[in-house]
Amino acid sequence: MTTSVLYDAPGPRSKRRVLISSLFAGVLFLAVLVLVGLRLEKQDQFAGDKWAPLFDPGHRRFQQVWTLLGDALVNTLTAAALAVVFSLIIGTLLAVARIAAGKSYRWLLVGFIELFRGIPVVIMIFFAARVLPELGVDLPTLWFLVIGLTAYNSVVIAEIVRAGVNSLPKGQREAAESLGMRRSQVLSLVLLPQAFRAMLPALISQLVVVLKDTSLGFIISYDETVRTAGIIIQNLKNPIQVYLLVAVIFILVNYALSRLAIYVERRLSQGKKAVVVDGETATLPANDVTTPGTGGG
Amino acid sequence: MRLRGLMVGAVTAALALSMAACGESNDAGTANPPVNTQANFEAGTTMAKLKDAGTVTIGTKVDQPLFGLKELDGTYTGFDVEIAKLIAAKLGIPADKIKWEETPSKVREEVIEQGKVDFVVATYTINDKRKERISFAGPYYEAGQDLMVKSDDSAITGPEALKAANAKVCSVTGSTPAEKIKQYVDPANLVLFDVYSKCADALRTGQVQAVTTDNVILLGLIADSNSAFKLVNKPFTKEPYGIGVKKGDVKFCEFINQTLKDAAADGSYAKAWKDTAGKVAPDAPALPTLAACS
Amino acid sequence: MDVIFDNFSLYRDGFLQTLRICALAVIGSLILGTVIAGFRVSPVPPLRWVGTSWVNVFRNCPLTVVLFFCAFGLPEIGVNGAYFWFGITGLVLYTSAFVCEAIRSGINSVPPGQAEAARAVGLTFGQSLSTVVLPQALRTVVPPLGSVLIAMIKNSAIVGAFGVGGDLFAVGDTLTSARGEAALPVLIGVVLGYLLITIPAGVLLGWLERKVAIAR
Repeated sequence: MTTSVLYDAPGPRSKRRVLISSLFAGVLFLAVLVLVGLRLEKQDQFAGDKWAPLFDPGHRRFQQVWTLLGDALVNTLTAAALAVVFSLIIGTLLAVARIAAGKSYRWLLVGFIELFRGIPVVIMIFFAARVLPELGVDLPTLWFLVIGLTAYNSVVIAEIVRAGVNSLPKGQREAAESLGMRRSQVLSLVLLPQAFRAMLPALISQLVVVLKDTSLGFIISYDETVRTAGIIIQNLKNPIQVYLLVAVIFILVNYALSRLAIYVERRLSQGKKAVVVDGETATLPANDVTTPGTGGG
Repeated sequence: MRLRGLMVGAVTAALALSMAACGESNDAGTANPPVNTQANFEAGTTMAKLKDAGTVTIGTKVDQPLFGLKELDGTYTGFDVEIAKLIAAKLGIPADKIKWEETPSKVREEVIEQGKVDFVVATYTINDKRKERISFAGPYYEAGQDLMVKSDDSAITGPEALKAANAKVCSVTGSTPAEKIKQYVDPANLVLFDVYSKCADALRTGQVQAVTTDNVILLGLIADSNSAFKLVNKPFTKEPYGIGVKKGDVKFCEFINQTLKDAAADGSYAKAWKDTAGKVAPDAPALPTLAACS
Repeated sequence: MDVIFDNFSLYRDGFLQTLRICALAVIGSLILGTVIAGFRVSPVPPLRWVGTSWVNVFRNCPLTVVLFFCAFGLPEIGVNGAYFWFGITGLVLYTSAFVCEAIRSGINSVPPGQAEAARAVGLTFGQSLSTVVLPQALRTVVPPLGSVLIAMIKNSAIVGAFGVGGDLFAVGDTLTSARGEAALPVLIGVVLGYLLITIPAGVLLGWLERKVAIAR
């Protein structure tokens, strides 16, 4: 359903009403903005030395700040990329195991998945970094972050994959089985490839979640973007300005990723006719890129 | 295919960025202590091992102005850092061969136990609980927990006045000062953040009325405040800062203590203070009486 | 394991604090998220713009950054208050974007005929949304909304670092850092506390899902 069926096209009177109230709200909004600006000015937040190191290429610290931020962004992206790749592999294995498992030990897998879904990511990361070394596993900080993120996201991805496979029409499995394929072949040759295609948008939006979650690396002193912002603030004493910049960076990167997800989804749904099962399209819960299992911070 | 092109572009950009980072030069702020090139140590000791390796990994803090602070250019500054450089120099290791490792309060014992660092100089208060897991050399400085308030605040004259003023007090999560202040304020009036600079922001905007931690850390915040804050100057605890080493490494501990004594005698201890914390608290402290190593 | 029993009262208080934070944030983000979802489908273009930018900003920003602006940005513009409420505000703002998207996808899943029929009997936009479309949307929305809210419970662990204090994760931090307890047993206690909230919440949601599920 498109939203336009919710209301009639506005007539001249309601158009005028909308325009007037919009203008009124706009003026109100501007007034609040000015008030906020004045308050910030009073706290000296517009002082040049708070902004110049971030935005004025001529400032002596400009290059240092951006080198640090550049490194940090690379660190953030590296951790996110590794975590997504590992989660994808482990998540798929978990999903396959859960689909293929006999009743006798399926409960074990389900319990494992539910357990890991219930623990905050920040604790997973903390856990990986504090407990693994006590067990004699010595790794660079990056890997503790990746392990923590993977532990959480692989079970989320396992659920996405399972939903993807379950959303395929029954006929696919039946046709493959009637050709005499073994169960492993049915999965790996017929079901998973189709499921993955449908899942791609959901997976990309999970990447957004992982990217944001790398900011929890601050808890184990991994030099990702938010923590580096902290180090810059210790030196420049301008938290509001630096965090504003970090927010803009994250919003831009993640927004680009979300757009990519939508683009990929459009491309994919052009390629095939939407498969209809029981009156519903089988393009996955991913018809809205944000819904499945996301919301991790 | 277009996607692949995009990814190649992204990777190239990332490489360019990281290479730009490598190319940056590293200039030290203060003159480094003279390196003891003739150092000679009994075989099998930690000192001999480090000297042969030619490098040492030292744990310190990165967010403690005046004591251990990571600068934007990647160098470390502060009194802790200077003390660590003195010890490294005595081992025959120049300052540029030191590998710094960030050790926030919560990981200090673990990184020592696991051998991730050779020693820790990080505003590290000596206490019995910690001695169960590691050994301390020093103390090289004795701080005391104090309060910082706004310059125009005359109501808060010491920890006892906090309750009467119904003051909100700020400190850092999981730190010793945060635990100790609990006997003076209601838990509801205790505000905790991850770094002290956030406490300073909260004090400035009037969200809290006092910040508590070791006096030297507060001095660093006061120096940055354009005299908006002041120290109450009624220290109510003793915080002897020690240098954490692996438990039972008596020889290394004694070596560090000897280094501290020598540094106090030849003036390099006072110089380390003057170059760092001395900018805010000009009177160089005397080296406290060193504890016996165990 | 002794550390858990020795500090049981500390854990209990932390558990209750986390529960309090979550309860308030769930209520707040459900209300705000529904309002923003209403904005996003509204006939008034500026409201749609507000809704869209709201979602894009809060969904793409790390929670730590959102919380920072609540705890330090608000006092900067003269809004003073308890950090507890700043923390709740941050959590609500962040989660509302996800709630909004979950509800919007639910609205989109209601058959167009329903809204057309509502309009045909003369209901206004507000009436048809609140009495016809949303009640049906809320049913299909239970599973995604549930995972959003459970994610929020877990996200509440981060609030402790922004002056709220006393929650489960902060208890773990106090025990390991200031009191020097070994990490493993302390963290097991903390994890058990979270599972004590998230697992029953998951079971409850599963039950709710079956209860309100409608065959369509």
